[in-house]
Amino acid sequence: MRRSVSIAGLAAALVLGTLGFGAGQRGYVANAQEKMSTMEVKIDNFSFGPVTLTVPVGTTVTWINRDDIPHTVVSTDDSKTFKSKVLDTDEKFSFTFSKAGTYPYFCSIHPKMTGKVIVQ
Amino acid sequence: MSEKKKDELLNDHNHDGVDRRGFLKCMAWAGTGAFCVIKGGVLNSYSLSRVSEVSTADMMGELSFVQISDSHMGFNKPANPDVAGTLKAAVDKINGLSATPEFMLHTGDISHLSKPEEFDTVDQILKSAKPKDVFYVPGEHDVLNDDGKQFLERYGKGSKGGGWYSFDKKGVHFVGLVNVMNLKAGGLGTLGHDQLEWLEDDVKHLKHSTPIVVFAHIPLWSVYPEWGWGTDDSVQALAYLKKFGSVTVLNGHIHQTMQKVEGNVTFHTAASTAFPQPAPGKADSPGPMKVPAEQLKSVLGITDVNYIQGKHALAVVDSSLA
Repeated sequence: MRRSVSIAGLAAALVLGTLGFGAGQRGYVANAQEKMSTMEVKIDNFSFGPVTLTVPVGTTVTWINRDDIPHTVVSTDDSKTFKSKVLDTDEKFSFTFSKAGTYPYFCSIHPKMTGKVIVQ
Repeated sequence: MSEKKKDELLNDHNHDGVDRRGFLKCMAWAGTGAFCVIKGGVLNSYSLSRVSEVSTADMMGELSFVQISDSHMGFNKPANPDVAGTLKAAVDKINGLSATPEFMLHTGDISHLSKPEEFDTVDQILKSAKPKDVFYVPGEHDVLNDDGKQFLERYGKGSKGGGWYSFDKKGVHFVGLVNVMNLKAGGLGTLGHDQLEWLEDDVKHLKHSTPIVVFAHIPLWSVYPEWGWGTDDSVQALAYLKKFGSVTVLNGHIHQTMQKVEGNVTFHTAASTAFPQPAPGKADSPGPMKVPAEQLKSVLGITDVNYIQGKHALAVVDSSLA
């Protein structure tokens, strides 16, 4: 494991060397933003985890189904701000929250399963 | 469960002879090859090994039909990698019954993911069953992504609204209800205003002596609301059926047999033909339960129902696929 990390580091250094400092810098900034703006909710044992997720505006939330049974992710509001297709095992659904607010949602197949995304 | 509820469950409300001991005895056998007959108002229970002692006339009613449920075609996880195989085993079981059932009821979750090929496979397997007519109600797995459009096109001809309907066979009135559509966040199964109104109207003209069979996917009684095993507005539906002397409610969804007698109403859930689910509250979630491969067929099954004219209630018999 240690060996592969150092090889990756070497490869990155080579890329930086080849493309020059400016290109390397841009790559780094994009990576950092991606880290900040992507959050995951795991669906496991017929529940959303975490049940309440608080994120900054602009965050993309990805739900991933780890159950043996399909689930959905559907916002509770009448206009259905977000609504996934059915997610089979290991399938994902993503939604980017561009406005602040509280977004309750549920699994439309198992409505006892509820969760909330708070966007600040 | 409160003390009061316990009594409601076991008390003899309609003098049908169901005493506490008899009921518990029957419950103890449920799921392991139970054979419970309510005959002339008296509940008798037999283990399957003693079925030969029951006279054929008692077993062969004037109307015999079979219920299957939760075939989940397309499911391929460790709890059962061969749901087509176990559905075929269920058909073999049906074809081996001493009295050929007149028709079949499928109480939903025909498919696992509402895929056309999943429905096609079930249709193909059920063609080899001796009973040719199958009456369906949808499970939540049959109405994914399209609000049940495909289900209605395939199985809902002549039905109302989201797929509910009724029909009569040999004096028994059958009502197929849909409680898996438009589910609300935090809630249970839902029948909805339109369907309830239709039901009230549908049974209004019937004589009180007409035996009623109601079938729907999610239980119409509160089995375990924590896991969504119940229907929010079922009390209203049952209120319309209060006047009838014999009401049999057949459900699926919970992948295990369970029975409850309340007044004139017998509630019954059927086993799945695909995989078992845990008893209420006995696991972290109601997800598929993995049992050793050699035990799988003993926790899957079919439900055979017999009606003898003039007798009070219908005989509901669960048989495992083992």
